[in-house]
This record gives sequence, C-alpha cells and structure tokens, in this order.
Amino acid sequence: MDFQQWSGFVDGDWKTCVNVRNFIQTNYKAYSGDDSFLEGATERTKGLMSKLNELLKQEREKGGVLDIDTTTVSSLCNYKPGYLDKENELIVGLQTDAPLKRGVNPFGGIRMARDACAAYGYKLSDKIEEYFTYRTTHNDGVFRAYTPEMKAARHCALLTGLPDAYGRGRIIGDYRRVALYGIDYLIRCKQEDKLRIGEGLMDTESIRLTEELFEQISFLNKLKEMAGMYGFDISEPAKNAQEAMQWTYFAYLATNKEQNGAAMSLGRVSTFFDIYIERDMKNGILDEKGAQELFDQFVIKLRMARHLRTPEYNELFGGDPMWITESVGGMSENNKTLVTKSSFRMLNTLYTLGSAPEPNLTVLWSKRLPDGFKRFCAKVSCDTDSIQYENDDLMRPRFGDDYAIACCVSAMKIGKQMQFFGARANLAKLLLLAINGGVDNVFGTRVGPQMEPMQDEYLDYTKVMERFKLYREWLCRLYVNTMNVIHYMHDKYAYEKTQMGLHDTSVERLMAFGVAGLSVITDSLSAIKYARVKPIRNEDGIIVDFETTGDFPKYGNDDDRVDEIAQNLIHDFHTELKKTPAYRNASHTLSVLTITSNVVYGKKTGATPDGRKKGEPFAPGANPMHNRETNGALASLNSVSKLSYSAAMDGISNTFSITPGSLGKTDDERISNLVDIIDGYFLNAAHHININVMNRETLMKAYENPEEYPNLTIRVSGYAVNFCKLSREQQREVIMRTFHEAM
Amino acid sequence: MNGYVSSIQSLGAVDGPGVRCVIFMQGCVLRCKCCHNPETWEFGKGEEYTPERLMEKIRRYVSYFGSEGGVTVSGGEPLCQSGFVTELFKICKQEGINTCLDTSGCLMNDSVRELLDVTDIVLLDYKMTNEQDYYSFSGMHKSAAEEFLKELQKRSKRVWLREVIVPSINDNVESVAKLLRKQKEYPCVEKTELLPFHKACITKYDELGIEFPLKDVPEATKENVAELFARAEKLL
Repeated sequence: MDFQQWSGFVDGDWKTCVNVRNFIQTNYKAYSGDDSFLEGATERTKGLMSKLNELLKQEREKGGVLDIDTTTVSSLCNYKPGYLDKENELIVGLQTDAPLKRGVNPFGGIRMARDACAAYGYKLSDKIEEYFTYRTTHNDGVFRAYTPEMKAARHCALLTGLPDAYGRGRIIGDYRRVALYGIDYLIRCKQEDKLRIGEGLMDTESIRLTEELFEQISFLNKLKEMAGMYGFDISEPAKNAQEAMQWTYFAYLATNKEQNGAAMSLGRVSTFFDIYIERDMKNGILDEKGAQELFDQFVIKLRMARHLRTPEYNELFGGDPMWITESVGGMSENNKTLVTKSSFRMLNTLYTLGSAPEPNLTVLWSKRLPDGFKRFCAKVSCDTDSIQYENDDLMRPRFGDDYAIACCVSAMKIGKQMQFFGARANLAKLLLLAINGGVDNVFGTRVGPQMEPMQDEYLDYTKVMERFKLYREWLCRLYVNTMNVIHYMHDKYAYEKTQMGLHDTSVERLMAFGVAGLSVITDSLSAIKYARVKPIRNEDGIIVDFETTGDFPKYGNDDDRVDEIAQNLIHDFHTELKKTPAYRNASHTLSVLTITSNVVYGKKTGATPDGRKKGEPFAPGANPMHNRETNGALASLNSVSKLSYSAAMDGISNTFSITPGSLGKTDDERISNLVDIIDGYFLNAAHHININVMNRETLMKAYENPEEYPNLTIRVSGYAVNFCKLSREQQREVIMRTFHEAM
Repeated sequence: MNGYVSSIQSLGAVDGPGVRCVIFMQGCVLRCKCCHNPETWEFGKGEEYTPERLMEKIRRYVSYFGSEGGVTVSGGEPLCQSGFVTELFKICKQEGINTCLDTSGCLMNDSVRELLDVTDIVLLDYKMTNEQDYYSFSGMHKSAAEEFLKELQKRSKRVWLREVIVPSINDNVESVAKLLRKQKEYPCVEKTELLPFHKACITKYDELGIEFPLKDVPEATKENVAELFARAEKLL
C-alpha cells in the first residue's frame, strides 16, 4: 500500500498494516537540545485566545456553563459546524454548533442529563425525554442487574463513584491512525476483521464482537461525514502537519460528540506530529513560528472541550475536568529518547496560551531523558503548576514505548489495550465496617458478614487484622461482581463505537479497581499496633469514635514499620481481587487515586483510630495524611515510593506541593533541584507525582478573592484544575494539604 | 563515638549546593540573637546515634542527591561533636557522598582539622563584620571565625560565607561591603549569601519558654537583602 501523502517518509511495517508505533520509530527525529528554539504566540493565535478568554469569562459568570443545546442528542453529525473565529482558525471543529455550548448525552443515564440541565437553569426537551422512554440507558441496565448487596455497598459509600450513571471513559482511541492512514483504509481493515470472525465459530463472544464491529464501521463512516460537514475529506491520509493535526483532532472530536466519558484522554500525539512538522520544514512550507502556531491552535481546541455534568458529579471530580491527557516524552525501547522538538512545543503552549488545566500534560520521565528537556519540564512546573510526571522506566517494560496515560495515572498500549474504569473502594470505611461487624456507623446500613462489633476495651492488632481480612475477602468479590455488571451494561447500551473503531479488533482489556483512604487506614492500623486505641461505643454498642493514647509511626516519614502496612494493604487487596474473574477476561489492576473525591469520601466516613475526626477529608490518592510528615519532603516521597507498582498497575498518585523558597534560592537552583528530586523519586521506583511550586498564601488569597485569580492552575490529583472552579470545601482541603517548606 | 542529633530534615535545598539531607546536631556554645533553632542549644538532649545508624538514614536519600547535592551537617554547632561528625563524613566520603558543614567556626583544634579533611564544603556563618557587635550578638569572638577562615583558605576548601541580615542591626551597606571584601581576601570563598532575618522560629521560643530577643525587630525580605547586596557590590 502506498499513498502520495506519504512521500518523504521512511518505509516500514507501518505501510503493510496499521502500526503507528512503527511509523514513529522509523521516522522520528529525537531532539536533545534545550528550549532556546521555541517561538511565542502569533498575532493570529493571540486574537483567537482573547476571543476564547472572553467566552471563558462569560462561562464563569454564568456559574460554569455558558449554554446548553437541550434539544439535540449529542452525536457526530447532529450539529451544524461551529467555529470560534472561522477565518483565523487553523484547526476547526466544535462539539456543538457554538463554542463552549454543551450538548446532552443521555446514553449513560437520562437522569444525569436531566439533572445537569436543571442545575444550570435549563430543561431537557420533551422530545429527548420521550425518545429515552423507549430506550434503555446504561444506567437502566445496571440497576436491572444490581443485587441488593451491591446497592447497599453503594448506598453507604463503601463503593463510590462507580461509573453506573455516567460514561466510564478512560478509553483512548488511537486518533493518530486517522491522520496516518485516512479513514477508508481503517474501515476496510475493520470490514475484513468482521468477515474473518464470521468464518469461525459464532459463539457469544464472537457474535458480540461482530455486532460491535458493525457499530465501529458505522461510526467511522459518521466520522468521515462529520469532517465532510466542515469541508474536509479525510478518506485518505493527511498530507502535511496541519492536516495531520486536523485529522487527529476530528477523530478526537467525534469521540467527544459520541461519549460523555469521565476521562476523555488524547494519547500521545506530540512526537507523531513532529514527524509531519519536520517534513514540512524540510519542504520549506513551515517555519518554527508556524509549527508553534499549529500546536497552539490544536491546544485551543482541546481547551474548549466540554461535557455536561451534575453538581454531584463535580463533588467527585471537581473543577469540570475532561482529562484530555497527552503523554509527552519518554524513551524508545532501543534507549533512544522519544523527546522531539514538538514535545517542547506542546509544553510551550502553557506559555503561549497561558497556564491551564487542560490538556492534562503528562511527562513520561526517564532517568535517561535529555537534560535540556528535563530542565524545561522543571521550569514549566515552577512557572505554571500545570504538569504531572510519570515513571517511564517503570511503565515501558510493561507497556512498551507507545503507551499513553488515560485520565490521571492509567497506562495502556495505544490502540491495543482498553480499560474498564472502576472508581474505588473506601478502605478506611471497610476497616470501620469490620470492627463493627457489618454495620456502617454513618449510614446505619447493614452490609457484609454480620457479627457482633468488637468487644475489646482496647483494640488488638491481630484480632482487628483477622476481621479485616474477612471483610476484605467479601468486599473484593462484591467489587469485581459489581464492576462486571457495570461494564457488561456499558458495552451493551453505551459502547464506545468511535474509540473502539480506533483500536485493534482484538483488544486486551484491563479492569481498573481502586482504593481510597490509604493513608487513613494505614495510620489507623499503625495506631492500633503501636499505640493504645480505645473504641467509644454509642448506646447501640456501635463503635463510633476512638481514644488513641501514645505515639505511633505515621505513613509519610520513611518509617518502614508503618510503610509496610501500606505496602501490604495494596498488595493484599490486589491479590484478593484477582480471585474473582473479571468480565471479558479483563486483567485486574488497581489504582491508589482519588481525584478530588477524597473530600466526599471523608465526609461519609466515621472517625478513625489515627485521630481523624468523623467527616474530615482523606488525603488524596497515595498521599500521606497532611501535616503528619515531620521528616521533610524526601521522607514523604520515600514512603510513597515504597508502594509496589506491580500490585497497583493502574497507578499510584502522589500530589506534592513545595514552596519556591525551599526549593532553591534562584530560578536556576530551583530547576536543578527539582530535576534531582524527580530523578531520585523515580529511581526509587515510584510511579507518579504532581508538582506544585507555590505558597499556601497564594491559594488563601485566591480563596478570598476568586475573581482576581481566574487562571490560577494547581495540580490536585492526577489532573490540574482552575483553583476557582473547585467547590469551597475542596478549596479548603487543598489549602490544608502539606506544603513542604524548609527554613 | 555516638552523636546527639536534634532533628533530620530530609530535603534541604537551601543549605549548600543541590538537594541535601540536613542533620541538625544537638548542642551549641553560642547564643546568637537571631538563632532560629533554639531547640538545638542544650547539650545532653537529642536522639543518640552511632555514625552507622545515622548513615542508614542518609542512604535513603542518596538517589535524590544528583551531581551537586549530599549531606549538610548543621546544628546546634557541629564542631562541638567534631569526632562524631568526622566518623560520619568518613563513611560519606567512602560512599561518594558530598559533605557540607554548616558552622560558626567557633573552634579550631586537631579534631576539627581532622573533620575538615573529610569536609567538601563549609558554610561559614559570619555573624557581624565588627568585633564588638560580633561578641554581643553571638557570644563568640570574631577572631575565632577569622582563624577558621584562614585555616579553610590554607586548605583551599570550598567556602560559602553567610550572614543573617537583621534590620537595624547589620543591614547597612558598609558592613555588607566589608563582608563581600572577604571574598577577595580569601579566594577559597566561592560565594557570599545574605540570609533575610525571619521570625518563623518564634513559636519554638514560646514552646521552650525562652524570650526571643529580636521579637520586636521587623523581618527582612528577600528583596531588601538583594538590594543591599547590589548596593554593597557597587562600593567594592
């Protein structure tokens, strides 16, 4: 197969079948220099950006949602083409017919769409309401199959944030395929796959797959039609950088029109685009200013992506995030770096367009990344607090060198693996449930094995652990079963047709479980083991509080006595999950990640033996509990780095805030020191880190006068937010977190 | 020989070059008015360590040290436990870890000389530029610091001179210029740092029931100090 659009590219396997990785490997030009080549924004970009800033201001003033189209069901070809400023847009395409106007997508659940409209003063049209009375949503399906026990675990927030009323997301289509091959070839491949499957045994799995392929093909055709509405023919490959970005963006856009998924991640496009940019430069049709302009315009489009969600949803995932995660950097399997000039250009958009939470820029860090790139990343962190880092040296051996991050910390091979997202189980609550013999002490729910609350005057570590194991066994089985129901129904009623059309037909599935409250349960068990914990009972004999006397080692101080407790909790939870088979033979993975739900989890959890009071927030992700770290920042990082990635391959999130003054005295020192800290942390086999270089005072000022800080961006979990878009409660929790400071 | 440690700060990025693990030794013979670690003054307190046990703690942070960083021993006054610190630094040197001593330079004897043999960098806290103020501010004679600096010059050690700038006490441009001239006089001095006086330590004084002598003196800012530095440089 050959296309004239491919002239100038080096041949490889990629010409005989879909293989984007091979195209990258045979064609990319690594860059090991510094950031001095970068250009600023063009006048055209500045003009576009000021239009967007005006709209963003209006959106804020209207309470977070600018406008909603309540009469159209979101899909690829249901809206007329929309523009921000048609004449000046180099990359086009909006989710609806107007910028920042949100569409409704009731396939996950009609109630969510209805409530979200109502929350912003709109009413879902009768036409859509009526249509969905005849249609089963994912949410309907799940609740038909949920058992009473599943509902109870969900009701008392033992299992929370489950994707049973909204789109599961976290699937990354290989959007680059559209640019490299054109849509027609991709459709042809899928048609061939479908024929081949039909020649074998038609059993449940192959019949389902055949129907899915039918839908994939239908939506790839719609994608082509959608591009046509904007005046582009994407049936063949892109012929230059601008087209490559446009084709890729159309594919991503189609996905956003089809799915309101929790995390709609982009993948790993920068180095892929770089190949087109280098070719255009060689052909004399593009210069550095033009290259940066293309990146800026591409990113402006990403920053305009919106979904319509309810306020309850925002409690879990604060700040209206989309998780348009773009993975930048990393190394090739042959040890050559995957950093190109375009890796810099992508990060440079934080300067050319100003800092912002989206796209969720994620640096795949390796000890062997070129020094110039490491330093540029550290500089961007110090200046913008907008990027996160994940350990490429840890992931590459497991996922190869063409993987990307979905959402915050979930790695998968692009176009070859997908995941079933599974929210999280509240470990702190599970401990309390075990101590109370199957009664939740906040909601009064009876769930799990029923027995007497523990009777001891002081809690005994061995006895508590025995009970905890029993409840863990029960919960893990229930958790896998619940996830199986959810994803069976999601596949059945809200299958991701476009995204899966941009995967290989034979795809590997991961089922991503999660835990919350790790530091709370760890310190609680440490208190029971090393101090004296006296349970306080209410009149019904239910344990509702604890009196803890004496000191105990606390997670976050590099103290093995307690860090081992955390390590074992993760390892044992994962081992237990694997005992129950997952839907579609998915592999069980686990994350230690909370998004911003650590606040709401805490709110729904009783007092814990570590001294945390009822209702107080948990620490986010794998973070030590705030202000219990007394040995400084590196000790805290060491504790987190001890959690084993092989037991938590869906990611271990750590959010780290340090004041500029304690990172060094000059900009140059801060950059060098930050590079050394990240190098050291990842050398210890840690997985992820969000970095904020800021003073608590800045956040306090923004809390008091939000209107003066509309663009203040901060990393909160595996993503960044506009601080001002968080709820007041979430803002307070972020302010309370540890800011590492050395005098 | 065992040492007494007041605390360990795993990340110190402002006490010597690069990322450093900072050990605060217990016990000091001086009573500098601006001291921000009053809890380190008294001898006979702190946690007792063998050099090897302290090394075990330090080794946990080696991965972060990069090409510049390492260990800084501060205090208290580390020279008061020079034997212990020497043993610690000897192990550091065997393991390729950079060693930095944060000291007032109040003592000079054979044990201190032995310590300097295994010290890569000295942060010399130079309190004041005239003898009288030096003594009344710290309880130590300027001549001792001067002797110390001469010894460092003789050994061509890497030295950073540091002075805490306290408003109304030593924030005058002539005094700072005098300090900067030391850098000319002693080529071993790699750089001179002016540290702005701050009062974050006041809670520690309150907890210990000690009156903070400078409680009514305003803090210095980074900007004040930078400006002072620039003005003093012009006088050279």
